[in-house]
Amino acid sequence: MNRILAVARKEFLHILRDRRSLAVAVLMPLVMVLLYGAVIDMELRDLRVGVLDLDGGDRSRELLRATTSSGFIVEAERLHGRDEIEAGFRQGRIQAALVVPRGYGEDLARGEARVQVLVDGADASTAATVANYLQAVVALVNRDLLRDAGLAAPFGARTRVWFNPELVSARFVVPGLVALVLMMICALLTSIAITREKEAGTLEQILTTPVTPAQVIVGKVLPYVALGALDCAMVLMAGKWVFGVPMAGSWWLLAAYCLLFIVIALALGLLISARSPSLRVAMMAALMVTMLPTMILSGFVFPIASMPGPLQVVCRLLPATHFLVVLRGIMLKGQSWFPLQTAALVVMAAVLLTLAIRSFRLRLE
Amino acid sequence: MSREAAVFARGLTRRFGDFTAVESLDLEVASGEIFGFLGANGAGKTTAIRMLCGLLPPSGGEARVAGCRVGRDTAALKRRIGYMSQRFSLYEDLTVLENLEFFGGVYGLGRAELAVRADELLPRLGLDADRGRLTGSLPLGYKQRLSLGCALAHRPQVLFLDEPTGGVDPVARRSFWDLIYEQAAAGVTVFVTTHYMDEAEYCGRVSIMVQGKIVALDTPSGLKARTGGADMQDVFLRLVDA
Repeated sequence: MNRILAVARKEFLHILRDRRSLAVAVLMPLVMVLLYGAVIDMELRDLRVGVLDLDGGDRSRELLRATTSSGFIVEAERLHGRDEIEAGFRQGRIQAALVVPRGYGEDLARGEARVQVLVDGADASTAATVANYLQAVVALVNRDLLRDAGLAAPFGARTRVWFNPELVSARFVVPGLVALVLMMICALLTSIAITREKEAGTLEQILTTPVTPAQVIVGKVLPYVALGALDCAMVLMAGKWVFGVPMAGSWWLLAAYCLLFIVIALALGLLISARSPSLRVAMMAALMVTMLPTMILSGFVFPIASMPGPLQVVCRLLPATHFLVVLRGIMLKGQSWFPLQTAALVVMAAVLLTLAIRSFRLRLE
Repeated sequence: MSREAAVFARGLTRRFGDFTAVESLDLEVASGEIFGFLGANGAGKTTAIRMLCGLLPPSGGEARVAGCRVGRDTAALKRRIGYMSQRFSLYEDLTVLENLEFFGGVYGLGRAELAVRADELLPRLGLDADRGRLTGSLPLGYKQRLSLGCALAHRPQVLFLDEPTGGVDPVARRSFWDLIYEQAAAGVTVFVTTHYMDEAEYCGRVSIMVQGKIVALDTPSGLKARTGGADMQDVFLRLVDA
């Protein structure tokens, strides 16, 4: 026990001495919460749509009013000719244009009116959103028209969003950040710490002492577990106080799953450091294996359901994917039973830990 | 032999694939002796030391160090020896005292014991005034003395020094050897490799290794008499070239 503490104390001093890395490790998670919480906004509020009303009748004015009456489009710029649409797209003044053709009013009376929606596809996600939005406006106007004509639409859908009624993106993003931060601290930093010691030759010096490899590993890893837990708590607190991310379920359960995920991240970091010939390789490998997939493939930002089939299989093999389901379940839904995810995480932890310890032993002969 | 040798090896061998790094090493070093373990680069000195320290399992033969069987009682062996490698592995971002406390700590020393030991060792190493200094800012000679201190923190019976004085000036080397003598006088067995032939003269007995085998083992004066060399440098060159 003395020996483990001696290693842990020394490792803790390394962290404290390296002020810049410490600042990054402590501040980066906070900055990430604030940035991601504010930037990754799934809803677009400041859409600007150009309106070219070639009809100018009462009916077209009604349509235009319906378009701008919800809060989504701040501004509808009135255009005076078709050439202004392209100019508007090029200058980035508008993201879409609604063209009401001449004779819209009469066509509508005959029941076969058409309006044109033009979308700037340069920014694909904005384009998709604005197109969807304008489609919805048209559907709404159609429904009103049918009702005025004494006809009811055959059916309508009423949407109610549960667990995150305002679709606030921070609620969605903060659990993902917990996974990202834990991966960063526990996998990236530990793999760097162990590889650095191997490179400096101090690991061999330590091995001439009676301390066992297991004691070295546990001691080295302890300060990073503490740092990871601290960062994790900061991300959750920032999410709660700044963005009002709810905590529907149990904190204890959340902490337990975080601990399980930390074990997985540490095993990954250990595996990487055991297999890497140098510090540079270890850093690149840790980034490639832990950070990138967690950011892109875990469902943190991009929905897994919209990925191509083979990639979805890769997603399912990532610990972060299952951890995220659990986190969102606990925090947003108050769930407490995750048989599938728990099994997946426990199996991954066992496999990675076995592999890591085996290759670490091999490395030390 | 009434007293057991501090370091004893018979037929100690290490092979890496087809290559035999150490071939049938025989030696016996008494307690409190300073034993010089010489040889050209690649002669197998470091491999032999790594085996004796329990870092590398032997492929054949037997050895005992401080009463522990090499390759068997590894945990007990490691508690009784100190090892200072040629790359003095200190943590540059820790202070002198923190380095000493860390190495004492991994040997299992408690806080109180560590404090006593630090107060004993640091003045003797001439590092008392620097205990709060970051190791990275120390001159090389100081680092070597600190490295020796770290290997001594747990009061080992046998001290293995693998080229401890590489790269420092003669004055620093002299003061380092004063420390080695002090340890030997206190009963610690010192097993040292070196490239400096003047240092070989300081040893009680010297072995010279060529291509994995010991070709000569005697006192420095005995070796000079046998080979007709004027000094150890001469003796070494005659034996290695032969």
